Amino acid sequence: MKKRFRPGEFLIERSIQGVAFISLLFICLIFVFVFREAVPLFTGKADVVTAHEEVGAAETYGEDASAPLPQAQQELEQKHVPFRAAALTAKDWQPVSLEPKYGLWPLLVGSLKVTFIALLLAGPIGIFAALYTSTFAPKWAREGMKPVIEILAGFPSVVVGFFALVVLASILQNLFGFQYRLNAFTGGVAMALAVVPIVYTVSEDALAAVPKALTEASLALGATRWETALFIVLPAATPGIFAAMILGFGRAFGETMIVLMATGNAALLTPSLTDPVRTLSATIGAEMAEVVFGDIHYRVLFFIGALLFIISFSLNAIAEFFVRHRLMKRFKGA
Amino acid sequence: MNEPTKISKLTVRNLNLHYGSKHALHDVGLDMGANRVTALIGPSGCGKSTFLRTLNRMNDLIENVRISGEIKVDGQDIYADGIDTVDLRKRVGMIFQKSNPFPKSIYENVAYGPRIHGLKDKAEMDALVEKSLRRAALWDEVKDELQKSAFSLSGGQQQRLCIARALAVGPEVLLMDEPASALDPIATAKIEELIYELKERYTIVIVTHNMQQAARVSDDTAFFYMGRLVEFDATEKIFTSPKNKQTEDYITGRFG
Amino acid sequence: MKLSKTVTGRIVVGFTAFCAFSAVAAVAWIMGTIIWGGHSHISWAFLSQAPTEGMTEGGIFPAIFGTFLLVVIMSLVGVPVGTITAIYLSEYVNRESKLAQIIRFAVNTLSGIPAIVFGLFGLGFFIQFTGKNLDRVFSPDALHWAQPNILWASLTMALLTLPVVIVSVEEAIKTVPRELREASLALGATRWQTIRRVVLPGSLGGILTGAILAVSRGAGEVAPILFTGAAYFLPQLPTHFSDQFMELGYHVFIMTTQSTDVEKTLPIQYATTLVLLALTFTLNFSAIALRARLRRRRMAA
Repeated sequence: MKKRFRPGEFLIERSIQGVAFISLLFICLIFVFVFREAVPLFTGKADVVTAHEEVGAAETYGEDASAPLPQAQQELEQKHVPFRAAALTAKDWQPVSLEPKYGLWPLLVGSLKVTFIALLLAGPIGIFAALYTSTFAPKWAREGMKPVIEILAGFPSVVVGFFALVVLASILQNLFGFQYRLNAFTGGVAMALAVVPIVYTVSEDALAAVPKALTEASLALGATRWETALFIVLPAATPGIFAAMILGFGRAFGETMIVLMATGNAALLTPSLTDPVRTLSATIGAEMAEVVFGDIHYRVLFFIGALLFIISFSLNAIAEFFVRHRLMKRFKGA
Repeated sequence: MNEPTKISKLTVRNLNLHYGSKHALHDVGLDMGANRVTALIGPSGCGKSTFLRTLNRMNDLIENVRISGEIKVDGQDIYADGIDTVDLRKRVGMIFQKSNPFPKSIYENVAYGPRIHGLKDKAEMDALVEKSLRRAALWDEVKDELQKSAFSLSGGQQQRLCIARALAVGPEVLLMDEPASALDPIATAKIEELIYELKERYTIVIVTHNMQQAARVSDDTAFFYMGRLVEFDATEKIFTSPKNKQTEDYITGRFG
Repeated sequence: MKLSKTVTGRIVVGFTAFCAFSAVAAVAWIMGTIIWGGHSHISWAFLSQAPTEGMTEGGIFPAIFGTFLLVVIMSLVGVPVGTITAIYLSEYVNRESKLAQIIRFAVNTLSGIPAIVFGLFGLGFFIQFTGKNLDRVFSPDALHWAQPNILWASLTMALLTLPVVIVSVEEAIKTVPRELREASLALGATRWQTIRRVVLPGSLGGILTGAILAVSRGAGEVAPILFTGAAYFLPQLPTHFSDQFMELGYHVFIMTTQSTDVEKTLPIQYATTLVLLALTFTLNFSAIALRARLRRRRMAA
């Protein structure tokens, strides 16, 4: 009965292990490669490439990979002064002009405006819808809701974007008399459609995890169903609901196609929520196809990508912490 | 069936309960006396907990439950049309098998019920919380840490907190579903002592698995078996001279 | 009970119900609008022909074909890798071990990264790094791999949909009863034999669900392929891994935002959106139905 070495078994186990590590490897690679293209911005080497051999065979990405850049733009690139990271904190985003400006403020504020409006709508709708299905709803409504939410979650973002662009924008403009048809508010409303499923699903999980014993205790004290739902179930699930909002924030902040289609894409830094905006993600989506490989604009776009990566990574970690630790600890005593 | 009680607080007649197609309670009839402790005993699945939960209509929360028959509290049918379960549960409180404090502070746990029922005055609330905690014999242990989380308490303290929480609503009847089954012997003794004190003011119905406990705390005992009430009498009689063979077998530990 | 309390209760329940039904209404509204606007323009010719007249007329066949090719290549890579990762996570490492937690955290992170960042990764890693090095070795004088194409787009999309597959398969594997595994092991089967003969057949439904969901996701996402392979218009269908391709979602985006005549092409936009929506809806719906059926069967067992 000695332990036998089985070559086949060993090989298979190793291969499975190897493939599993590919998943892990690629996440590290995403990190490495998105940052790799952005790092030269901060090491003072970002302007060298424009004079490099590659300008001749200027590569662009997207629809017409082979079309050469207009001569004027190439000359424009040559004039670059060495890039200083402080330029990113300027108030203007004008990457394609005689004096390119790479201030990220308008983009960041644009992203925040859209995200804020999306959460303002999707937060209450998602949370209260989850409260409805987990406490008040009759069985048919409870069972019918899940697939509908999954269908909503399954709508491609271009479909939502299309709907916002063609239908929603006009309705909202007529309703509120917006000066611009496409603006942060319209984009935010469309974004809410994409955020509701995630807020609903995570909240519903948290609400369903509240022990029945708590509900029963409250009812046995003579509390009504709605009092129990509002004063016991909802507060008990707060860490999970908080996580839901965080994940919703992450979804809205990183989503590209909806904002690309529905916000008007003007990099304006204004306090108004009804002006057109250009978000961080939309900027990458709209401009990456037109940049020259390796120049400052290209690297700044990668830097924005790196920002989005870090933000989504942190939000995920925070949400996981709230669900894993706070929510579960809260119920352990009960 | 003889009736050992003086004044009956809860009267049950011809109670039948079905879970879907399962007939869980058969024709149960029972009178529970005011300011007495009635123990419900019987093997697991005999229907004693189900019976207990009909007394404050907690079974309403379960789908597919049908109930027929009559349950009266002070002569008022609690399954009649127009009876408000909220009012009923205010009068008939319940303590659960496993302590289930809310994830709030000790103070807030006790204050929850009164607040729901409209008490707003802070001084009155403080007084009521103290009174309830005193009656649950917990005040001395927690008076300096009322704002601490209820989960910081030990298991036995948590259960007494749940009792205090139930008392704060001002019930007349307390239903207890194996309130000490998850506790160690010392904590159990404290709960039993408490039950003895509480019956001065409240009518208590307690489900228990523990024969000695039934013998120690109760005045009357009802023995359930397979969804039927087999025997009901003064506790002393049940434990010394049961009339029914099944009761005797159960009490002497021959089954269950 | 006090009257005011009953009224408040009605309001609370009513408001939460309103929130729930408004989500349902939104789904119905979007689907209704798109079906209404697009159905009349859908015909066999529309589905089987290429765009003509500078994409203001004609069909969308190249976009359908490109989407199909994209999800096929993506699935061929993503589904096996995802399935194997899930097997590793649930059968080879202790669920609570540090390693398993790290991989799971990595997978979670992967699923939270915005789609556009995957696009950047595809550009940075596949095109600028892998592609460029391939060209350096195999075709030093011409760009071949170091430019957007369907292979890089599909691989980028495979990475994006990896978490979907892993989560589905892991969930399915978890439901295979421990007793079955133990029975197999007790008969002297090795770990791999047990996985192949007992665990995998038992979780086939979950693998299929994961694959369908991944395909649906892959067919619907546009951001990752914006600069890794999708093309505005191509006269020819892609025949080689290094060709660019047209894609449904990208086509919708282009037609609505960069068409020469947005008003005139509105019916084409609606119809293209409808085709995309119908495709993803059908896939999602079958995944939901399949999962519900599997769950019911498990309950019955």
